[in-house]
Parts: sequence; structure tokens; C-alpha cells
Amino acid sequence: MARMIGAEMFFETLIHEGVEVVFGLPGGYVLKVYDVMPRYSDRIRHVLARHEQAATHMADGYARASGKPGVVLCTSGPAATNTVTGIATAQMDSSPVVVFTGQVPLPYLGSDAFQEADHIGITRPCTKHNYLVRRTKDLPRAIKEAFYIASTGRPSPVLVDMPKDVLIGEDEFVIPDEINLRGYKPPKKGHPGQIKRAVDMILAAKRPLIFGGGGLLWSGASEELKELVHRLQIPVTLTLMGLGAFPADDPLFISMLGMHGSYAANMAVHDCDLVISIGARFDDRATGGNFAKFAPNAKIIHIDIDPATIDKNIVVHCPIVGDAKEVLRQMLEMLPAKVKTNRKEWMGQIKEWEKKHPLAYKQEGDKILTTYVIDTLSKITDGEAIIVSDVGQHQMWVAQWYRFKYPRTWITSGGLGTMGFGFPAAMGAKFARPDKMVVCVCGDGSFQMNMQELATAVENKMDIKIILLNNGHHGMVRQWQTMFYNCNYSASKFDVLPDFVKLAESFGAIGLKARRPEDLEATLREGLSTEGVVLMEIFVDCEELVYPMIAPGGAMNEMILGPGDAVSGMVAEAADMA
Amino acid sequence: MRHTITLLVDNESGVLSRIAGLFSARGFNIESLNVGETLDPETSRITLVTTGDDFIIQQIIKRFNNMVNVIKVSDLTDEVRVEREMVLVRMDARDETRAEILRTADIFRAKVVDVGPKSYTLELTGDKDKITAFIELLHPMGIKELARTGTVAMKRESKLTKNKGEEK
Repeated sequence: MARMIGAEMFFETLIHEGVEVVFGLPGGYVLKVYDVMPRYSDRIRHVLARHEQAATHMADGYARASGKPGVVLCTSGPAATNTVTGIATAQMDSSPVVVFTGQVPLPYLGSDAFQEADHIGITRPCTKHNYLVRRTKDLPRAIKEAFYIASTGRPSPVLVDMPKDVLIGEDEFVIPDEINLRGYKPPKKGHPGQIKRAVDMILAAKRPLIFGGGGLLWSGASEELKELVHRLQIPVTLTLMGLGAFPADDPLFISMLGMHGSYAANMAVHDCDLVISIGARFDDRATGGNFAKFAPNAKIIHIDIDPATIDKNIVVHCPIVGDAKEVLRQMLEMLPAKVKTNRKEWMGQIKEWEKKHPLAYKQEGDKILTTYVIDTLSKITDGEAIIVSDVGQHQMWVAQWYRFKYPRTWITSGGLGTMGFGFPAAMGAKFARPDKMVVCVCGDGSFQMNMQELATAVENKMDIKIILLNNGHHGMVRQWQTMFYNCNYSASKFDVLPDFVKLAESFGAIGLKARRPEDLEATLREGLSTEGVVLMEIFVDCEELVYPMIAPGGAMNEMILGPGDAVSGMVAEAADMA
Repeated sequence: MRHTITLLVDNESGVLSRIAGLFSARGFNIESLNVGETLDPETSRITLVTTGDDFIIQQIIKRFNNMVNVIKVSDLTDEVRVEREMVLVRMDARDETRAEILRTADIFRAKVVDVGPKSYTLELTGDKDKITAFIELLHPMGIKELARTGTVAMKRESKLTKNKGEEK
């Protein structure tokens, strides 16, 4: 047992928890932490972000790429409020981010002191739990619990608020051996009775379909999923968050479903007789939002670790609360040794849909299409890179056109749809997986929301690629204005944009440009094989729209498949639904 | 539908605001709320009454269960239970009403807890309907001030009593 100050306990406990990187920014009330930090720099790396929101996205990207909690450190007030967008982003996509904030000394709490904000109050709705530490000796326990809560059950962000007097106070340093939280017992295994019911339903189904989500990735259930799917010959569709959980080159994979899902996937959801949902929450972007018309002929099995997602959007027939990996193992154990399946008709139907309306683009003329960029990127990297996107049209095209082979190679802000997430999250992913090529795919709009982090990337001598798709617009806003607002392009066009190549160069990064389709492949190949922070600015056609599209509030078999295919009544309604 | 929900929670700051936050996020009103320490000083019992769509209340209860500070949640709505509230009423006690106030108090088995030259303060315990009836009767005689607690509730051990929470 050793006596030490709170700031030292902070690092000792972090090391004990296996933390290797902290993304942060110093300021008033955490200066003691930064003061002792050099003594720990051989064991914990600190990445100095340029903005706390970006630091939080970095931690989030780190968590998504590694599966381990990402850590943020910053001061109070504006620093803490800056993290809120990052925290809410992590919460919506179930990412374990632990945020440490400095706080005014306890006697000044609530006095409107300089840089004071109610961090606990502000982050309460967007964290799984948060702590205001009141005594120095409580710090190790609070930190240990924060990591435990963030990374178990349904992963989620947790915030620990550390008043200055707690950080400079001295006490005995004791990390508790055990965690005993009476109100927190995350589920693991599924209920055997329910699993038996589910297995019977699966064996009886003629047109079953796996509807997989991000929970598969957090649970690390890909191998179990593959085994189940191959033994039973069940086609697989994944939500935006689930991509990578099942390899895109497997013949049973039928692409992403949802608002911009493939025709075949959405028709399959609508027509199947059994939905086996694993780690997905039936979000409105995944189901079209018309819950009453969702899979009208199907029974639904819902496997999820969070009991609160059961029956939230869609009332299901067989809920199983548990960790996806554990539940799938239990299912595999219950399956008879030999299962005879006849999927000829069902798979034949799906193949027919795929043939009828495949995902397609035609690169002609002198403007580069984003679909062509992503398709080329997918071919060059062959699914071996980690792709991190921002939010908008490009995000949907990556989801449609990049053929993900492995779990945790696709990182995107799905739930909150946070523009500006991509670049810092890509940096976080690179810290987690230095062995992998990490590519950030972003738009001109979203990159501008966190482009200051070019400095952080160059400062850390990172090897990271940015493909910036410049169409001079907020592309997705423009698409909605085209489809639902009579082409009234209000505030979606940028009259001024920086020269992104020069911008990159001013930070000490490398910039490349491609304007014509015939230059694209060479530019991508050059950029991807050049070491360092490389920004490839690709000028793309702003007229290209993402298809298919389920208008919001539409059923999954009601898709707009291309220009001129607008469904009149639906469109007016859609604009109201947002 | 009206729901009576009881929660066993960690007795620490911020818990109540987490609970209340789930209601405000859905635009729901809490009709009554009661918090008190239990036998174990580390835990508190919250009894909460709210009215709303059953489906959404079920969602809220699931979210309560997810909260780290919530140890146990029960929806007593469909249970055989005892529900009690307490009210303190300060009456304007003039010569012509003094006797009638005491008579009413006596009928309801209310207690006089404070007496002044121009006032009586009464205390009554009972279920919601009894308290409401008491207040309605006193009203014409002149209520000066009124303080009413929220409901506290407990599941009955014996399930023989069928009239759910209708005990007087």
C-alpha cells in the first residue's frame, strides 16, 4: 500500500486496467494530472487532440477497432461540454468510451465558478453511468467500476468527474479486488427454454433470414454466426452497424438492408417467414420506420444483450436476452447433429431479386461517381483495410460498395449520424490497429467539422489515408432536397471551400487531387501506398444519388430504385416523417 | 393506465434525477413520488405513480432495470397491494366550524396535530380515494394550507384480498 495523490492514482489505476492510450487536452482543473503524466509516459501514451469532441471520437474509434474501452481526458466546462457529441455518438452505437473530466474543487461546486459546468447532469442521458468522485481514496474504485460498466453488458460510455481537490489530495492507494454493484448484473447466457423455442422455430422455417447488427461485433460472435449460417444454410443480411460481422464474399451474404439497403436484402426481410435478429435494435433506418409493415409474414426471434431493446420498436415472438456469442453457442449445442435443409426455392428467389435490381453504377462522362471511387477502393484494398466513414451519401455508398471481409474493419457513426466523426475516429482506429491500413472516407462537408485534427495526425507521425469526396455540397441534404423538397437547394451548396490539398500541405501532410475518372485509380493507388498522412481530394459528381431508397416511413418492399421512380404519395409523406 | 411502480435504489445523490430523467425524456409526468431510506441505510425505496401508455411504461421499467443505481423494480399495478398517502391540512377554525371540523376528523380517524386560536392542523393517512374524500369534505369549511405526500405502496403477502389496492 502506498500513499499518493489522486492524479497519481488516476494513472496507476489506468495502467492496472490495461489502458495504453489516452486521448486528451489539458486545462485548468486537470493540470495536476498532466503534471504527473510525464512519469507515466513510458506506459501510457497521450495523444494531444485539438478539440475535445475529436478526442472523444478518437477514443470511440479506438474502442470500435480494438473492442477495448477508449479513454478521454480533459478539463471542465467547455472541454466537458465539447465531449458531449462524442459521448452521445458512442452511446447510440454502443461503444465503450470512458471520459475523465476535471472539475472545480468540491467547495466551489454549483457556484458558477470559472469553467464550471454540471458534467454529471449534462451527460446523464447520454452515458450508461457517471461518477462524481468526492474523495481521493474513492478514485481507484470509481475508475475500475467505470471500465467495468463501460465494457460489459451492452457497451456504452461512462464519465468520471474528478474535482481538483480530489486530484491533488493524498491518500492510501487501494484498487478493490472485486466489483460489487448490486444494481448491475449484465446478462451473459440466454434462457435455455427460449433458445430451445428459437431453435424449433428456425428448424421449422422455410424462408429464414439472419438480420445481424453491431452487437455481433461487440460480442465477437462472427465465428459462431458463420457456423450457424453454414450448418443451416440461412441467408444473412446486416445492418449498417453490423457490416463486417459476416464476410461480404460469402454466397449466403445478401448485402446491407435498410433505407439504402440492397433490393434483394429488403425484399428478403419483407418476404421471409422468420427473422433471426442478432444484436440489432430494429432502428427506423434499418426497417424503413414503418414498424407495422415490417416483415408481415414472419415470426421474429430477437437476440440482444439489452432487455430494453426487446419489444421497443417491434414486438417480437421469441426474445432472448443474452450475449450474442454465448447465445449462438447455446443454439449450436442444441442443434441436431445433422440438419436437412431445403433452401433451393428461397435462395433462388433471393438470387432472382439480386439479378432483377443489383446495386449498379455506370461510370461514364467526365465526372467521377462516388460509387466508382468506393468500388475501386474496395478492389485495391481487397477488404484488408479498416474503413472509417463520416456521415452522408458517401457513408451509404461505402456500406453498399465496400466488401468487408472481417469484423471491426468498418467504423461509422450510425445511430447519431455525427458528421465530423470520421477523421478523428480513423485516427483512434489506427492507434488501436497500427498493423492495418486505415482509410477515412469523408465528404467535403463532414471533413470541415474536424479537420483541425490534421495537426494531431501529423504530430503523431501517423500513417493514415483520407479520401475526401468533394462534391461542393452537403450531399445527403441535397439528395433529400432533390427527392422530397422539389429540388429547392436551400443552404446545401458551399460557395467557398478550402483547397484541401493546400490545407493538408499547410499542416505538413501530403495532398493529392483527382478530377477525371481516368485519374482516379492512379491517384488512389499512389495515395494508399504513400506513407504518412495522405489526403486524396476527389472531385465527384454532385448529381449522383444513393439508390435504392426506402422513403422514411415506407415499408421495406417499397423502394425508390432510381431517378424517375419516385413514388408520388410516399414522397410527400416522407418529408413529414423526416 | 395508472401505474404504481416501486424501486429499490442506491441511497446516493443523483439517483432521483436519473429516474426522473427517463420520464421527462418521454414527456411523461410523474403524478406522485415518494423517497425514503429503507432498513439498510445504503438503499432507498422510491414509490412512483404515473399515468401513460402501458407499452411505454414497460419500456421505462426496462430502462430502470438497466440503471446501475437501481437494484430492483416492481410494477405493483397488477399486484394485490397496500397503498397509503398522508396529508396535513391546516383548517381555518372559526367558532361556527370548529366542532364540524373535529367531527369530520373523527369520522375519518384523522389526528389533530396542532391547535391554534384560529386553526386546527389535521393529519390523515389512507389511500388516495380516502384522502381525496377527506379534503373534499373539509374544503367548504376553509382549508388554509395543505401538504400531501405521494403514495407509498407494498405488495400484500396474502393474495386472498382481491380488491386490488381498494383497502380503506
